[in-house]
Amino acid sequence: MSKSGTPLVEMRDISIAFGGIKAVDHVSIDLYPGEVVGLLGHNGAGKSTLIKCLSGAYQADAGEIYVNGEKAEISNPRDARSYNIETIYQTLALADNLNAASNLFLGREIVGPGGFLDDSAMEAETRKILARLNPNFRKFDVPVSALSGGQRQSVAIARAVYFNAKILIMDEPTAALGPQETQMVAELIAELKKQGIGIFLIEHDIHAVMDLCDRAVVMKNGQRVGTVNVNEVTDEDILGMIIMGKKPENAV
Amino acid sequence: MTDTNEHQEHAPQVSTAKLNPVAKFVRATELDTRMLGMVGALILIWLGFHFYGVFFKGGGVFLTPRNLWNLSVQTAVTGIMATGMVLVIVTRNIDLSVGSIVGFTGMIMGVLQVNILPQYLGLGHPAIWVITVIVGILLGGLIGCLQGWLTAYLAIPAFIVTLGGMLIWRGAAFLVADGKTIAPVDQNFALLGGGPYGAIGSTGSWIVGLLGCAVVLLLMYRGRMNRMKHDFRLRPLWAEATVAGLACGVLIAAVLVVDAYPWPIGIVKAYAEAHNISTPPSELFISHGFAIPVLILAAVGIGMTILMTRTRFGRYVFAIGGNPEAAALSGIDTRMMTVKIFALMGMLAGLAAVVASARLTSATNALGDLEELYVIASAVIGGTSLAGGVGTIYGAIIGTMVIQSLQTGMVLIGYGDGSYRKIVVGLALVLAVYLDIIYRKKTN
Repeated sequence: MSKSGTPLVEMRDISIAFGGIKAVDHVSIDLYPGEVVGLLGHNGAGKSTLIKCLSGAYQADAGEIYVNGEKAEISNPRDARSYNIETIYQTLALADNLNAASNLFLGREIVGPGGFLDDSAMEAETRKILARLNPNFRKFDVPVSALSGGQRQSVAIARAVYFNAKILIMDEPTAALGPQETQMVAELIAELKKQGIGIFLIEHDIHAVMDLCDRAVVMKNGQRVGTVNVNEVTDEDILGMIIMGKKPENAV
Repeated sequence: MTDTNEHQEHAPQVSTAKLNPVAKFVRATELDTRMLGMVGALILIWLGFHFYGVFFKGGGVFLTPRNLWNLSVQTAVTGIMATGMVLVIVTRNIDLSVGSIVGFTGMIMGVLQVNILPQYLGLGHPAIWVITVIVGILLGGLIGCLQGWLTAYLAIPAFIVTLGGMLIWRGAAFLVADGKTIAPVDQNFALLGGGPYGAIGSTGSWIVGLLGCAVVLLLMYRGRMNRMKHDFRLRPLWAEATVAGLACGVLIAAVLVVDAYPWPIGIVKAYAEAHNISTPPSELFISHGFAIPVLILAAVGIGMTILMTRTRFGRYVFAIGGNPEAAALSGIDTRMMTVKIFALMGMLAGLAAVVASARLTSATNALGDLEELYVIASAVIGGTSLAGGVGTIYGAIIGTMVIQSLQTGMVLIGYGDGSYRKIVVGLALVLAVYLDIIYRKKTN
């Protein structure tokens, strides 16, 4: 990972308030190709809100977003997708009554002649990508409500990586997973890094951040406490930032 | 993501061997078991009323061509609207105003074709019915648009918006002509309501029936080719043949039934005189064939099924019903979708008003009164879940047939009093939803 050149994403001076409460207060973060940046903080620290401005779910009251050095206008999820920004939400954001293929292609369906859905083509593509991510996945013709937590997570991840994501946002991707599945996600993140994809990882678990991330941004009460290179600090340092809101001395 | 669910994946394969023949048949043909249940219930209702007649009334009249033909016509008005109500309910909304929209658009169409258009075009001009129908459907769509907009963009609950609409449009229907009945409607327009002249006769019915069979076979063939192309699992050939046979069998049976119902002797006499037919009318057998309103319902049903299962629009309807937040995060404009869905519902209510007023050959301000309740009941009996996300068009149409069969059947066995019919339909509604809850628990 090199930090030279233009960042993949730069969010400058973002602020957003809900009914007078400043959920995000003048926060700037950036992300370089092939980098994993962890976003840490307590519940309500503003990390999810900040990242939702990037994924198009919210619109910032103030501040700018740059993608590859150019100013980006992101006012809805569709805009974000057009910049190759893909999001795996904590809730997974799956329509429980639809099957894996319908969820994977939701909003971007493959249509044949006459504009009719080509369900077979979508299922075939879904089989291909899931064979890579989760070789044991076989339940293609049932609603995703009938799938296990890990299988549902596979569908959500497949949806994010299928459409050539350059910037990937993962909101606590391992929160609902067992140890084996968590390992799977870690391997996937490493592989995506190699492909030059930039990843924002929202995490509660400091050890996961230490393992997976290159840099970590800590937030508290809507403000950025600081950004650290993960290999230059200890987990106690980061914990201190989260709890006390203080930056350790050797941080960048 | 790993093999933690392996036991689940293998479970179905193990149990296949132990399945009884019925379950094996259902699995191989991939028929919707819920639909089979509904069709079974419908057949039981038909047999029940028929044999009640046989044993207690000195003759069964339910399973006669005449009654079945009438039943098909009576199903049309509610059925047309029930297909739209499926979309509304699937997206977790409700539309209580459809009956009143029928009343209002019916009155406007009545005034238009009886009082206004003949002044400019002359009585019986062939363009009158076309203009009237277009105006009725567009007006319904406009009302739906407005109600959808209030629901989606001003965030007023659909229940309240359409409850208000139910009162408003019913009141407006009265004001259109100060409560007077507008009659008779344009003679071409009246054909859309059915009756001996508003049916397509024997030859036409055979053409429709055989065309239907051809389409069924073509669709099944293309489906199989598509599965082959992607190496998906194929249905056994015997299962394909059985499904094709059943579908075509039902179509041909329907043709035989409607062709077995002759025109009444009075109409035959008038027809023979008008066409200089020398054969005595008592020896003429002129079949009704499919009634035009039934063909309208069939076209609506097919169109809506394609919309729901083969287009992005339909996919988004289900996605919004399953998880509105996820749908929005996927880039679906959920508010615009709501407006479109209500607009479509309104257009179907306008179309239903065409059929209803044509059938009565008059427009009254009571047209479609309480119809919204039967429309919602039809959709729900047909398996549309009020929790959202689940529902089928064919289910709603079968649901309408169940309700109409109960109403007609009660009349035929001598309980024609409206109060008995309401009790029976009410009980059927609650029972159907209860059975559905049990079914869903068992299948999940």
